[in-house]
Amino acid sequence: MTAEPAAGSAGAAERLRSWLFRSDARLLLVLAVALYLLFTLFSVLLGNNLGGTVNTLRRITFLSAVYAMLVLALNLQWGYAGLFNLGVAGFMAVGVYTMGMLSTAPSSSPPGLGLPLPVGVVGGVLAAAVVGVVASLPALRLRGDYLAIVTLAFSEIIRRTYRSPVFADLTGGSNGMGLPANPIRVLFYKNPADVLAEPHAVGAAVFAAAETVGIRPPVVQGIAWTLVLVAVVGVMYLLLRRVGNSPFGRVLKAIREDETVASALGKDTRGFKIKTFALGCALMGLAAILWKVGGTAATVDYRPITTFYVFVALILGGAGSNTGSVVGGAVFASLLLEGPLFVQRVVGQFINTTAAPNTVFQAVGSLGGGDVGPLLAYVVSDVNISALRLVLLGVVLIYLIQNRPEGLLGKRKEVAASVDLSRPEGGEKR
Amino acid sequence: MASREGVHPAVAVVRERPLVVVFAVVGLLLVADIGRRLATGGTTTATLVTYLKDGTILGLSIGLAGIGLAMTYSILNFANFAHGDFATTGAIVGWATAFVVAGLGRFSLEALVLLGGPIPVNSGTLGVSVVATPLAVLLGLAVSAVATAGLALLIDRVVFRPMRDQEGISLLIASVGVALVIRYLFVFGFQSGVRGLTAGDLTPSVSLSVGAGSVPINAHEVTLVVLAAALMLGTHLLLRYTKLGTAMRAMADNEDLARVTGIPTERVVRATWLLGGGLTGAAGFLIALERGVLTTNLGWELLLLIFAAVILGGIGSVYGAMVGGVVIGIASRVSLVWLPESFIVAAAFVVMILILLVRPKGLLGGVTTV
Repeated sequence: MTAEPAAGSAGAAERLRSWLFRSDARLLLVLAVALYLLFTLFSVLLGNNLGGTVNTLRRITFLSAVYAMLVLALNLQWGYAGLFNLGVAGFMAVGVYTMGMLSTAPSSSPPGLGLPLPVGVVGGVLAAAVVGVVASLPALRLRGDYLAIVTLAFSEIIRRTYRSPVFADLTGGSNGMGLPANPIRVLFYKNPADVLAEPHAVGAAVFAAAETVGIRPPVVQGIAWTLVLVAVVGVMYLLLRRVGNSPFGRVLKAIREDETVASALGKDTRGFKIKTFALGCALMGLAAILWKVGGTAATVDYRPITTFYVFVALILGGAGSNTGSVVGGAVFASLLLEGPLFVQRVVGQFINTTAAPNTVFQAVGSLGGGDVGPLLAYVVSDVNISALRLVLLGVVLIYLIQNRPEGLLGKRKEVAASVDLSRPEGGEKR
Repeated sequence: MASREGVHPAVAVVRERPLVVVFAVVGLLLVADIGRRLATGGTTTATLVTYLKDGTILGLSIGLAGIGLAMTYSILNFANFAHGDFATTGAIVGWATAFVVAGLGRFSLEALVLLGGPIPVNSGTLGVSVVATPLAVLLGLAVSAVATAGLALLIDRVVFRPMRDQEGISLLIASVGVALVIRYLFVFGFQSGVRGLTAGDLTPSVSLSVGAGSVPINAHEVTLVVLAAALMLGTHLLLRYTKLGTAMRAMADNEDLARVTGIPTERVVRATWLLGGGLTGAAGFLIALERGVLTTNLGWELLLLIFAAVILGGIGSVYGAMVGGVVIGIASRVSLVWLPESFIVAAAFVVMILILLVRPKGLLGGVTTV
């Protein structure tokens, strides 16, 4: 070991890699444990008690699940069929707002129709699919970059329509719209729709048990809902894997590789693309509904930046792979989205943030005196850290597309052919 | 498109291009409705002229900013999503220069460079306007063009040049990353929030009486129109009558052919970024001048409208971008006759999507020559 330490550790790393990559389930499990350890460390550094730590882990799990769903849906469109949809946020908005209009109580402001929640959810998902079809009709006749611009324009039309004061009676305009209560409350509360409802017998018992270890009732409810979302991610993963391996999925991959060939083989490529687009948009609507139910629908959540978030996550995991999508969603949501905020809070504990300078010039100027404190304080202020987080996102995006366009997991894109047509590694070079 | 025998040519047109006919009919109905509203007094002539004026100004801004996008689109074959933030760069750097020139000695340098923001500088007391401080405005315009051209070149060097052989979508994604980096670095250093730039009372303004009402026009609007027209004319002369212009048009037509004829393609690409970046920066500066206010979102909010203009004119056509910009500008403002204010941007996007449906190659159709 001491003779060849470099070679030995490289061999160990290689063994670890091959052990890790042999099974997708193992990979996801190891990733989850690693992320949990990291955020437990953050939480301990912040001085949280057990309840706070549990809530931290719940939060990153929840966001990871939400982004995993969105990325899986986008992966169906882009990774499988090569449809470059920059309108993700718009289709999410359609799902959430339609659900809200159908299921919010008529007494709230803006009023909804007060239909049962399942009706609202189905309606929202269908509406997202229908809007997806409408958007795809002009868009799918166009080249990739036109498609990107048209879908982005579509999502902006949708967002601006929901925000417009003209429809404020329906959508709440720029104030947003209250959404029906989270359905998971039925597990704990007597009257789930009422915010002030008393817990029923089972709920009270669970809450009391959780309270003994310092976990508050809202966190218990959040954990239960997060578990539901994780289950939905699992179902979606299985569904999309089936779609990908079905004859339908093979045609999609053929379209992605070469549309002319696919249509020369007698496939109605346009029909396939519309169906894929609609299915992807429906899943985006569903993901957004599960994300926002129990909260509010606000147009600020559906700006184009949300679409770019999903794209970064997809590219992180590697377009064309469902496991990659889940990994990308989790890594993006925990490390890129939440990570900087935790770093900010941890750093904020160790420096004096009240003395943060007003301008970047003062902050940099104090470096001359050998004092990094003011610059650090400037950087970790709330406004600046969220700006820097987006700068980081841009840098990651550029780095990935330049150096690792196939994503963190490496080449996992499923090829269109059922046999491997690529040359074996180390084979003869022509 | 020849009509078959025994079919009247008009009938043939309706059969072959039903969508075009439908849109033409709708367009005529809208024009007729404007006529009816003017006749009945539902819309006054002055209001309509104001819409047309605002539309032309917006259109020229978009058209000017669109030239650079059309150039990079035709020569490098990708949709540059960082283009809007190039315009923001021009606006911020140019206005910081103008503020320093106009106010040095009266305010701290730091406050002037940050255009107020965390340390307020009153735009009224600073008194910048094209008439009161012409030197500051001119220097600001020059610096905005130079700085943005420099930034475009730097970004090309770092981000786009290593990716020359990749397809358009990869470059598009990289440009989204560039857009995020530029915009949020500005937010980081400059802080978000609206900055007042010009002093309203120092900006001369005249009222033209139109019909029963009047239409105000101020010096900054005139400046934007004159300079935008001059820069467009300059671009036209450069593309038509210089060797560089010929080389750029050759590359836009067929890059391989251009290379085998001995055109130094990499140098032409650099010239494209310089020229496109400079025009975009100047456009950003002028748009901020005309509006009198500036935010870090200025370019991003215009980006889709610029794309709409470029698509409308036919992607890659510089003249198309100018025409498309004016059409989008006027269409979005005149739509105020029927639509509430909150829908005019959406209306412009709808126009873009409809044009793509009817004429995917754009109004000036099919020529990807610059």
